[in-house]
Amino acid sequence: MITAATDTSPEAAAFQQAANESRLLFGQCSVCDKPHYYPRRICPFCSSAEVEWLQASGRGHIYSYSVVRKATPPYATAYVTLTEGVTMLTNLLTPDFDRLQIGDEVELLFVKGDDDQQSAFFRPIA
Amino acid sequence: MSQAYIVGAFEHPTRLAVEQSVAQLHAEVAIGALEDAGLSRHDVDGYLCAGDAPGIGPLSIVEYLGLDVRYADSTDIGGSAPIAHVAHAAQAIAAGRCNVALITLAGRPRAAMERAGLVTEYTDYPESLFELPYRPILAASYAMCAKRHMHEFGTTSEQLAWVKVAASQHAQHNPNALLRKVVTVDDVLGSPMIADPLHRLDCCVTTDGGGAIIVAREEIARSLCRPLVRLRGAGESIKYQLGSGFDLTTTAGKKSGAQAFAQAGVSPADIKYLSTYDSFTITVLLALEDLGFCAKGEGGRFVEDGQLISGIGRLPVNTDGGGLCNNHPAHRGGVTKIIEAVRQLRGEAHPAVQVKNCDLAVAHGTGGMLDRRHGCATAIFERL
Repeated sequence: MITAATDTSPEAAAFQQAANESRLLFGQCSVCDKPHYYPRRICPFCSSAEVEWLQASGRGHIYSYSVVRKATPPYATAYVTLTEGVTMLTNLLTPDFDRLQIGDEVELLFVKGDDDQQSAFFRPIA
Repeated sequence: MSQAYIVGAFEHPTRLAVEQSVAQLHAEVAIGALEDAGLSRHDVDGYLCAGDAPGIGPLSIVEYLGLDVRYADSTDIGGSAPIAHVAHAAQAIAAGRCNVALITLAGRPRAAMERAGLVTEYTDYPESLFELPYRPILAASYAMCAKRHMHEFGTTSEQLAWVKVAASQHAQHNPNALLRKVVTVDDVLGSPMIADPLHRLDCCVTTDGGGAIIVAREEIARSLCRPLVRLRGAGESIKYQLGSGFDLTTTAGKKSGAQAFAQAGVSPADIKYLSTYDSFTITVLLALEDLGFCAKGEGGRFVEDGQLISGIGRLPVNTDGGGLCNNHPAHRGGVTKIIEAVRQLRGEAHPAVQVKNCDLAVAHGTGGMLDRRHGCATAIFERL
Protein backbone atom coordinates (compact mmCIF):
# COMPACT_ATOMS: atom_id res chain seq x y z
CA MET A 1 0.00 0.00 0.00
CA ILE A 2 1.52 3.28 -1.10
CA THR A 3 -0.17 6.55 -0.37
CA ALA A 4 0.92 9.79 -1.98
CA ALA A 5 0.04 13.21 -0.68
CA THR A 6 -3.31 13.91 -2.27
CA ASP A 7 -3.48 17.64 -1.71
CA THR A 8 -0.76 18.83 -4.06
CA SER A 9 0.29 22.42 -3.50
CA PRO A 10 0.11 24.83 -6.46
CA GLU A 11 3.89 25.14 -6.26
CA ALA A 12 4.43 21.37 -6.49
CA ALA A 13 1.74 20.56 -9.07
CA ALA A 14 4.20 20.50 -11.98
CA PHE A 15 6.40 18.05 -10.06
CA GLN A 16 3.50 15.64 -9.58
CA GLN A 17 2.38 16.04 -13.18
CA ALA A 18 5.89 15.15 -14.36
CA ALA A 19 5.96 12.16 -12.00
CA ASN A 20 2.69 10.96 -13.50
CA GLU A 21 4.48 11.12 -16.87
CA SER A 22 7.38 9.11 -15.33
CA ARG A 23 9.77 12.04 -15.16
CA LEU A 24 11.63 12.96 -11.95
CA LEU A 25 12.41 16.68 -11.52
CA PHE A 26 14.92 18.47 -9.32
CA GLY A 27 15.61 22.18 -8.83
CA GLN A 28 18.53 23.90 -10.54
CA CYS A 29 19.32 27.55 -9.85
CA SER A 30 20.46 29.62 -12.85
CA VAL A 31 22.04 32.27 -10.62
CA CYS A 32 24.12 30.32 -8.08
CA ASP A 33 24.22 27.17 -10.24
CA LYS A 34 23.41 24.84 -7.33
CA PRO A 35 20.93 21.97 -7.60
CA HIS A 36 18.44 21.30 -4.81
CA TYR A 37 15.80 18.82 -3.74
CA TYR A 38 12.91 18.92 -3.11
CA PRO A 39 12.42 21.35 -5.98
CA ARG A 40 10.94 24.74 -5.16
CA ARG A 41 10.36 28.01 -7.00
CA ILE A 42 12.80 30.01 -4.88
CA CYS A 43 16.40 28.81 -4.62
CA PRO A 44 17.13 27.79 -1.00
CA PHE A 45 20.81 28.69 -1.44
CA CYS A 46 20.54 32.22 -2.86
CA SER A 47 16.82 33.15 -2.76
CA SER A 48 16.78 33.67 -6.53
CA ALA A 49 13.55 32.95 -8.39
CA GLU A 50 15.63 31.93 -11.42
CA VAL A 51 15.09 28.23 -10.75
CA GLU A 52 14.64 25.60 -13.44
CA TRP A 53 13.14 22.21 -12.76
CA LEU A 54 15.26 19.74 -14.68
CA GLN A 55 14.64 16.07 -15.41
CA ALA A 56 16.92 13.67 -13.57
CA SER A 57 18.67 10.91 -15.49
CA GLY A 58 17.30 8.34 -13.09
CA ARG A 59 20.63 6.88 -12.02
CA GLY A 60 22.18 7.18 -8.59
CA HIS A 61 23.51 5.36 -5.56
CA ILE A 62 22.28 4.61 -2.04
CA TYR A 63 23.43 7.22 0.51
CA SER A 64 21.68 5.45 3.39
CA TYR A 65 18.66 3.24 3.92
CA SER A 66 16.63 1.37 6.51
CA VAL A 67 14.36 -1.62 6.14
CA VAL A 68 11.21 -1.02 8.15
CA ARG A 69 10.92 -4.56 9.52
CA LYS A 70 7.98 -3.83 11.77
CA ALA A 71 5.78 -3.05 8.77
CA THR A 72 3.74 -5.77 7.08
CA PRO A 73 5.12 -6.31 4.56
CA PRO A 74 8.50 -4.68 5.32
CA TYR A 75 9.69 -1.89 3.04
CA ALA A 76 12.97 -0.08 2.50
CA THR A 77 13.16 3.66 2.96
CA ALA A 78 16.31 5.29 1.62
CA TYR A 79 18.23 8.34 0.56
CA VAL A 80 19.48 8.09 -3.00
CA THR A 81 22.10 10.47 -4.39
CA LEU A 82 21.37 11.11 -8.06
CA THR A 83 24.18 11.46 -10.60
CA GLU A 84 23.12 15.12 -10.82
CA GLY A 85 24.33 15.55 -7.22
CA VAL A 86 21.12 15.87 -5.23
CA THR A 87 20.05 13.41 -2.56
CA MET A 88 16.38 12.51 -2.16
CA LEU A 89 14.16 10.53 0.16
CA THR A 90 12.66 7.50 -1.59
CA ASN A 91 11.84 3.81 -1.23
CA LEU A 92 13.84 0.93 -2.66
CA LEU A 93 12.16 -1.96 -4.42
CA THR A 94 14.04 -5.22 -4.18
CA PRO A 95 13.20 -8.86 -3.62
CA ASP A 96 16.13 -9.20 -1.22
CA PHE A 97 16.48 -6.48 1.43
CA ASP A 98 19.47 -8.27 2.99
CA ARG A 99 21.61 -7.60 -0.07
CA LEU A 100 21.19 -3.83 0.05
CA GLN A 101 24.32 -1.81 0.82
CA ILE A 102 25.21 1.84 1.07
CA GLY A 103 26.87 2.84 -2.19
CA ASP A 104 24.88 0.41 -4.35
CA GLU A 105 23.96 1.72 -7.81
CA VAL A 106 20.22 2.15 -8.30
CA GLU A 107 17.85 3.13 -11.08
CA LEU A 108 14.56 5.02 -11.13
CA LEU A 109 11.15 3.55 -11.62
CA PHE A 110 7.71 4.97 -10.96
CA VAL A 111 5.09 3.40 -8.71
CA LYS A 112 1.43 4.33 -8.70
CA GLY A 113 -0.15 4.89 -5.27
CA ASP A 114 -3.68 4.21 -4.11
CA ASP A 115 -4.63 7.71 -5.20
CA ASP A 116 -3.44 7.02 -8.80
CA GLN A 117 -0.50 9.41 -8.40
CA GLN A 118 2.96 8.18 -9.38
CA SER A 119 6.02 8.50 -7.13
CA ALA A 120 9.71 8.03 -7.86
CA PHE A 121 11.12 4.77 -6.43
CA PHE A 122 14.46 3.11 -7.07
CA ARG A 123 15.76 -0.44 -7.48
CA PRO A 124 19.25 -1.87 -7.40
CA ILE A 125 20.90 -2.30 -10.81
CA ALA A 126 21.52 -6.01 -11.17
CA MET B 1 25.95 34.87 31.32
CA SER B 2 22.31 35.27 32.23
CA GLN B 3 20.78 36.35 35.51
CA ALA B 4 17.97 33.86 35.11
CA TYR B 5 17.50 30.98 37.51
CA ILE B 6 15.54 27.75 37.44
CA VAL B 7 13.50 28.07 40.61
CA GLY B 8 10.92 25.37 40.00
CA ALA B 9 10.85 22.02 38.22
CA PHE B 10 8.24 19.29 38.23
CA GLU B 11 7.80 16.02 36.35
CA HIS B 12 4.31 14.55 36.26
CA PRO B 13 4.42 11.14 37.95
CA THR B 14 1.90 9.58 35.59
CA ARG B 15 2.88 7.68 32.47
CA LEU B 16 -0.71 6.93 31.41
CA ALA B 17 -3.35 9.65 31.66
CA VAL B 18 -6.69 8.09 30.82
CA GLU B 19 -8.83 10.49 32.84
CA GLN B 20 -7.13 13.84 32.26
CA SER B 21 -7.35 16.23 29.31
CA VAL B 22 -4.16 17.61 27.75
CA ALA B 23 -4.93 21.07 29.19
CA GLN B 24 -5.41 19.52 32.61
CA LEU B 25 -1.99 17.87 32.38
CA HIS B 26 -0.44 21.23 31.49
CA ALA B 27 -2.17 22.72 34.57
CA GLU B 28 -1.08 19.87 36.85
CA VAL B 29 2.57 20.22 35.91
CA ALA B 30 2.35 24.01 36.25
CA ILE B 31 0.96 23.68 39.76
CA GLY B 32 3.63 21.12 40.63
CA ALA B 33 6.45 23.40 39.47
CA LEU B 34 5.00 26.41 41.32
CA GLU B 35 4.79 24.36 44.53
CA ASP B 36 8.36 23.22 44.00
CA ALA B 37 9.44 26.85 43.67
CA GLY B 38 7.35 28.14 46.52
CA LEU B 39 5.53 30.56 44.23
CA SER B 40 1.87 31.03 43.31
CA ARG B 41 0.27 31.45 39.92
CA HIS B 42 -0.15 35.15 40.72
CA ASP B 43 3.63 35.48 40.58
CA VAL B 44 3.75 34.23 36.97
CA ASP B 45 3.94 36.97 34.35
CA GLY B 46 5.44 35.00 31.47
CA TYR B 47 4.30 31.77 29.80
CA LEU B 48 5.99 29.54 27.22
CA CYS B 49 4.84 26.38 25.47
CA ALA B 50 5.25 24.50 22.17
CA GLY B 51 2.97 22.59 19.84
CA ASP B 52 1.96 20.03 22.43
CA ALA B 53 -0.21 22.69 24.10
CA PRO B 54 -3.77 22.36 22.75
CA GLY B 55 -5.67 25.08 20.96
CA ILE B 56 -3.77 28.27 20.23
CA GLY B 57 -1.11 27.22 22.76
CA PRO B 58 -0.50 30.25 25.00
CA LEU B 59 -4.04 31.60 24.57
CA SER B 60 -5.73 28.35 25.55
CA ILE B 61 -3.42 27.40 28.41
CA VAL B 62 -3.01 30.88 29.92
CA GLU B 63 -6.81 30.99 30.06
CA TYR B 64 -7.11 27.46 31.44
CA LEU B 65 -4.63 28.33 34.20
CA GLY B 66 -6.13 31.76 34.84
CA LEU B 67 -2.78 33.50 34.43
CA ASP B 68 -2.13 37.19 33.82
CA VAL B 69 0.98 37.34 31.63
CA ARG B 70 2.77 40.14 29.81
CA TYR B 71 5.12 37.83 27.92
CA ALA B 72 4.22 34.74 25.84
CA ASP B 73 6.30 32.53 23.56
CA SER B 74 5.17 29.49 21.59
CA THR B 75 8.42 28.64 19.86
CA ASP B 76 8.19 25.10 18.52
CA ILE B 77 11.36 23.36 17.38
CA GLY B 78 10.06 19.91 18.24
CA GLY B 79 10.78 18.14 21.49
CA SER B 80 13.80 20.30 22.23
CA ALA B 81 11.57 23.39 22.55
CA PRO B 82 11.48 23.66 26.39
CA ILE B 83 15.27 23.95 26.46
CA ALA B 84 15.02 26.86 24.01
CA HIS B 85 12.18 28.26 26.12
CA VAL B 86 14.49 28.52 29.15
CA ALA B 87 16.85 30.72 27.14
CA HIS B 88 13.95 32.77 25.74
CA ALA B 89 12.60 33.28 29.26
CA ALA B 90 16.06 34.41 30.38
CA GLN B 91 16.15 36.92 27.53
CA ALA B 92 12.69 38.20 28.43
CA ILE B 93 13.73 38.57 32.08
CA ALA B 94 16.92 40.40 31.07
CA ALA B 95 14.85 42.74 28.90
CA GLY B 96 12.45 43.48 31.74
CA ARG B 97 9.54 41.80 29.96
CA CYS B 98 8.75 39.42 32.80
CA ASN B 99 9.97 38.28 36.22
CA VAL B 100 8.66 34.75 36.56
CA ALA B 101 8.22 32.60 33.46
CA LEU B 102 6.32 29.31 33.41
CA ILE B 103 7.16 26.65 30.79
CA THR B 104 4.87 23.64 30.38
CA LEU B 105 4.94 20.52 28.24
CA ALA B 106 2.30 17.79 28.43
CA GLY B 107 0.31 15.31 26.41
CA ARG B 108 -1.43 11.95 26.41
CA PRO B 109 -0.41 10.07 23.24
CA ARG B 110 -0.42 6.75 25.06
CA ALA B 111 -3.95 7.11 26.31
CA ALA B 112 -4.99 8.27 22.87
CA MET B 113 -3.57 4.99 21.56
CA GLU B 114 -1.15 6.77 19.33
CA ARG B 115 2.11 5.03 18.61
CA ALA B 116 5.53 6.60 18.22
CA GLY B 117 6.60 6.21 14.64
CA LEU B 118 3.23 6.63 13.01
CA VAL B 119 3.25 9.29 10.35
CA THR B 120 1.39 12.43 11.29
CA GLU B 121 -0.74 13.79 8.49
CA TYR B 122 0.89 16.92 7.20
CA THR B 123 -0.54 17.31 3.75
CA ASP B 124 -0.18 21.09 3.61
CA TYR B 125 3.49 21.21 4.52
CA PRO B 126 5.79 22.27 1.67
CA GLU B 127 7.67 18.97 1.89
CA SER B 128 4.63 16.68 2.03
CA LEU B 129 4.54 15.58 -1.59
CA PHE B 130 8.22 14.65 -1.49
CA GLU B 131 8.07 12.61 1.70
CA LEU B 132 4.65 11.12 2.46
CA PRO B 133 4.65 8.66 -0.46
CA TYR B 134 7.66 6.97 1.12
CA ARG B 135 6.05 6.32 4.53
CA PRO B 136 8.87 7.96 6.46
CA ILE B 137 8.16 6.68 9.98
CA LEU B 138 10.14 8.29 12.75
CA ALA B 139 12.22 5.22 13.60
CA ALA B 140 13.39 4.93 9.97
CA SER B 141 14.35 8.60 9.99
CA TYR B 142 16.79 7.98 12.84
CA ALA B 143 17.74 4.54 11.55
CA MET B 144 19.09 5.97 8.30
CA CYS B 145 21.32 8.31 10.33
CA ALA B 146 22.53 5.36 12.42
CA LYS B 147 23.19 3.28 9.30
CA ARG B 148 25.21 6.08 7.76
CA HIS B 149 27.17 6.59 11.00
CA MET B 150 28.01 2.88 11.01
CA HIS B 151 29.10 3.12 7.38
CA GLU B 152 31.35 6.14 7.91
CA PHE B 153 32.78 5.40 11.33
CA GLY B 154 32.35 1.70 12.02
CA THR B 155 29.85 2.26 14.83
CA THR B 156 28.19 -0.99 15.93
CA SER B 157 24.76 -2.02 17.19
CA GLU B 158 26.46 -3.18 20.40
CA GLN B 159 27.76 0.32 21.00
CA LEU B 160 24.31 1.83 20.42
CA ALA B 161 22.88 -0.74 22.83
CA TRP B 162 25.15 0.56 25.61
CA VAL B 163 23.14 3.80 25.58
CA LYS B 164 20.01 1.83 26.47
CA VAL B 165 21.86 -0.28 29.01
CA ALA B 166 23.00 2.87 30.85
CA ALA B 167 19.46 4.28 30.79
CA SER B 168 18.07 1.08 32.26
CA GLN B 169 20.72 1.00 34.98
CA HIS B 170 19.51 4.46 36.03
CA ALA B 171 15.79 3.76 35.58
CA GLN B 172 15.83 0.89 38.08
CA HIS B 173 16.13 3.54 40.81
CA ASN B 174 13.28 5.73 39.49
CA PRO B 175 9.93 4.56 40.91
CA ASN B 176 8.03 6.53 38.24
CA ALA B 177 9.99 5.17 35.26
CA LEU B 178 7.89 3.30 32.72
CA LEU B 179 10.60 0.65 32.24
CA ARG B 180 12.55 -0.20 35.39
CA LYS B 181 14.02 -3.52 34.31
CA VAL B 182 17.77 -3.55 33.84
CA VAL B 183 18.67 -4.73 30.34
CA THR B 184 21.89 -5.98 28.75
CA VAL B 185 23.45 -5.39 25.36
CA ASP B 186 22.15 -8.81 24.34
CA ASP B 187 18.63 -7.85 25.40
CA VAL B 188 18.76 -4.83 23.10
CA LEU B 189 20.17 -6.79 20.17
CA GLY B 190 17.62 -9.55 20.75
CA SER B 191 14.62 -7.21 20.77
CA PRO B 192 12.58 -7.02 17.55
CA MET B 193 14.05 -5.01 14.69
CA ILE B 194 11.89 -1.94 14.08
CA ALA B 195 13.82 -0.18 11.31
CA ASP B 196 17.28 -1.59 10.91
CA PRO B 197 19.70 -1.02 12.55
CA LEU B 198 17.38 0.18 15.34
CA HIS B 199 15.78 -2.44 17.54
CA ARG B 200 12.76 -1.91 19.71
CA LEU B 201 14.99 -1.23 22.72
CA ASP B 202 16.88 1.43 20.74
CA CYS B 203 13.63 3.44 20.70
CA CYS B 204 12.24 5.65 23.46
CA VAL B 205 9.02 4.95 25.27
CA THR B 206 5.66 6.54 24.50
CA THR B 207 4.18 8.08 27.62
CA ASP B 208 1.56 10.50 28.85
CA GLY B 209 2.19 13.24 31.36
CA GLY B 210 4.68 16.07 31.08
CA GLY B 211 6.65 18.56 33.09
CA ALA B 212 7.04 22.23 33.90
CA ILE B 213 9.86 24.66 34.65
CA ILE B 214 9.80 28.03 36.40
CA VAL B 215 12.45 30.57 35.39
CA ALA B 216 12.85 33.68 37.55
CA ARG B 217 15.11 36.70 37.90
CA GLU B 218 17.90 36.68 40.45
CA GLU B 219 16.25 38.67 43.26
CA ILE B 220 13.28 36.32 43.24
CA ALA B 221 15.46 33.22 43.09
CA ARG B 222 17.45 34.41 46.09
CA SER B 223 14.25 35.07 48.05
CA LEU B 224 13.16 31.42 47.71
CA CYS B 225 14.29 28.53 49.88
CA ARG B 226 15.68 26.40 47.05
CA PRO B 227 19.24 25.72 45.85
CA LEU B 228 20.30 28.30 43.26
CA VAL B 229 20.47 26.95 39.70
CA ARG B 230 21.50 29.55 37.17
CA LEU B 231 21.37 29.43 33.39
CA ARG B 232 24.96 30.01 32.39
CA GLY B 233 24.82 29.60 28.61
CA ALA B 234 22.41 28.60 25.88
CA GLY B 235 22.17 28.04 22.15
CA GLU B 236 19.74 26.84 19.52
CA SER B 237 19.93 25.86 15.89
CA ILE B 238 17.83 24.32 13.12
CA LYS B 239 19.27 21.91 10.60
CA TYR B 240 17.74 20.70 7.32
CA GLN B 241 18.79 19.08 4.09
CA LEU B 242 18.54 20.81 0.74
CA GLY B 243 19.60 17.87 -1.36
CA SER B 244 23.11 19.22 -1.92
CA GLY B 245 25.86 18.73 0.65
CA PHE B 246 23.85 15.95 2.22
CA ASP B 247 24.91 14.88 5.70
CA LEU B 248 23.15 12.58 8.17
CA THR B 249 25.87 12.30 10.80
CA THR B 250 26.06 15.85 12.16
CA THR B 251 23.19 17.50 14.01
CA ALA B 252 22.16 21.06 14.79
CA GLY B 253 23.71 20.38 18.19
CA LYS B 254 27.10 21.27 16.79
CA LYS B 255 25.96 24.89 16.50
CA SER B 256 23.67 25.06 19.53
CA GLY B 257 26.34 23.47 21.70
CA ALA B 258 29.09 25.79 20.48
CA GLN B 259 26.89 28.81 21.26
CA ALA B 260 26.06 27.53 24.73
CA PHE B 261 29.63 26.65 25.68
CA ALA B 262 30.90 30.00 24.35
CA GLN B 263 28.34 31.95 26.36
CA ALA B 264 28.99 29.89 29.48
CA GLY B 265 32.76 30.15 29.15
CA VAL B 266 33.23 26.47 29.97
CA SER B 267 34.17 23.37 27.99
CA PRO B 268 32.71 19.85 27.84
CA ALA B 269 35.49 18.63 30.14
CA ASP B 270 34.02 20.85 32.91
CA ILE B 271 30.57 19.25 32.73
CA LYS B 272 29.65 16.92 35.60
CA TYR B 273 26.30 15.70 34.27
CA LEU B 274 24.58 15.60 30.87
CA SER B 275 20.87 15.31 30.16
CA THR B 276 20.62 14.65 26.45
CA TYR B 277 17.71 13.82 24.21
CA ASP B 278 17.34 10.09 23.70
CA SER B 279 14.47 9.60 21.31
CA PHE B 280 16.64 6.79 19.95
CA THR B 281 20.06 5.53 20.99
CA ILE B 282 21.69 7.13 17.93
CA THR B 283 20.38 10.54 19.06
CA VAL B 284 22.63 10.32 22.14
CA LEU B 285 25.66 9.22 20.17
CA LEU B 286 25.42 12.12 17.73
CA ALA B 287 24.85 14.65 20.53
CA LEU B 288 27.96 13.51 22.42
CA GLU B 289 30.01 14.10 19.29
CA ASP B 290 28.39 17.38 18.28
CA LEU B 291 28.54 18.89 21.79
CA GLY B 292 32.25 18.09 21.86
CA PHE B 293 32.35 15.37 24.53
CA CYS B 294 34.21 13.29 21.93
CA ALA B 295 35.39 13.67 18.35
CA LYS B 296 33.07 13.06 15.39
CA GLY B 297 32.89 9.34 14.79
CA GLU B 298 34.09 8.44 18.31
CA GLY B 299 30.62 8.31 19.88
CA GLY B 300 30.41 4.54 19.76
CA ARG B 301 33.66 4.07 21.62
CA PHE B 302 32.69 6.85 24.05
CA VAL B 303 29.51 5.13 25.24
CA GLU B 304 30.53 1.47 25.35
CA ASP B 305 31.27 -0.52 28.49
CA GLY B 306 28.98 1.52 30.70
CA GLN B 307 30.68 4.87 30.24
CA LEU B 308 27.36 6.75 30.59
CA ILE B 309 26.42 5.09 33.91
CA SER B 310 26.54 7.32 36.98
CA GLY B 311 29.26 6.30 39.41
CA ILE B 312 30.89 4.01 36.86
CA GLY B 313 31.39 5.81 33.58
CA ARG B 314 33.22 8.90 32.46
CA LEU B 315 30.06 10.98 31.89
CA PRO B 316 26.76 10.33 33.73
CA VAL B 317 23.92 10.74 31.20
CA ASN B 318 20.15 10.77 31.77
CA THR B 319 20.17 9.55 35.36
CA ASP B 320 16.36 9.50 35.50
CA GLY B 321 16.35 6.72 32.90
CA GLY B 322 15.82 9.16 30.04
CA GLY B 323 13.32 8.81 27.26
CA LEU B 324 14.57 5.29 26.63
CA CYS B 325 13.27 4.02 29.99
CA ASN B 326 11.67 6.71 32.11
CA ASN B 327 9.48 9.16 30.23
CA HIS B 328 8.98 10.77 26.81
CA PRO B 329 5.71 12.63 27.40
CA ALA B 330 3.76 13.82 24.37
CA HIS B 331 6.54 12.40 22.14
CA ARG B 332 8.68 15.28 23.41
CA GLY B 333 11.62 14.78 25.73
CA GLY B 334 12.87 18.32 26.27
CA VAL B 335 11.33 19.17 29.62
CA THR B 336 12.41 15.99 31.37
CA LYS B 337 15.99 16.74 30.31
CA ILE B 338 15.90 20.06 32.18
CA ILE B 339 14.18 18.53 35.20
CA GLU B 340 16.80 15.82 35.79
CA ALA B 341 19.63 18.35 35.31
CA VAL B 342 18.00 20.53 37.97
CA ARG B 343 17.66 17.53 40.31
CA GLN B 344 21.35 16.75 39.86
CA LEU B 345 22.44 20.34 40.48
CA ARG B 346 20.26 20.59 43.60
CA GLY B 347 21.54 17.25 44.88
CA GLU B 348 17.99 15.90 44.68
CA ALA B 349 18.57 13.03 42.25
CA HIS B 350 18.15 9.49 43.56
CA PRO B 351 21.13 8.74 45.84
CA ALA B 352 22.09 5.78 43.66
CA VAL B 353 22.59 8.04 40.63
CA GLN B 354 23.40 11.40 42.24
CA VAL B 355 26.62 12.84 40.81
CA LYS B 356 29.02 14.03 43.50
CA ASN B 357 29.68 17.77 43.60
CA CYS B 358 27.46 18.32 40.60
CA ASP B 359 27.91 22.04 40.00
CA LEU B 360 27.76 22.22 36.19
CA ALA B 361 25.27 20.38 33.99
CA VAL B 362 24.00 20.45 30.42
CA ALA B 363 20.47 19.86 29.12
CA HIS B 364 20.45 19.23 25.39
CA GLY B 365 17.57 18.49 23.03
CA THR B 366 17.22 17.19 19.47
CA GLY B 367 13.63 17.53 18.27
CA GLY B 368 11.89 16.88 14.98
CA MET B 369 13.05 14.38 12.39
CA LEU B 370 16.78 13.83 12.55
CA ASP B 371 17.25 13.06 8.86
CA ARG B 372 15.05 15.76 7.32
CA ARG B 373 14.76 18.77 9.62
CA HIS B 374 15.35 19.08 13.32
CA GLY B 375 15.95 21.67 15.98
CA CYS B 376 18.55 21.47 18.73
CA ALA B 377 18.70 23.51 21.91
CA THR B 378 21.45 23.42 24.53
CA ALA B 379 21.41 24.92 28.01
CA ILE B 380 24.26 24.95 30.52
CA PHE B 381 23.28 25.31 34.16
CA GLU B 382 25.40 25.92 37.24
CA ARG B 383 24.69 25.56 40.92
CA LEU B 384 25.78 28.59 42.92
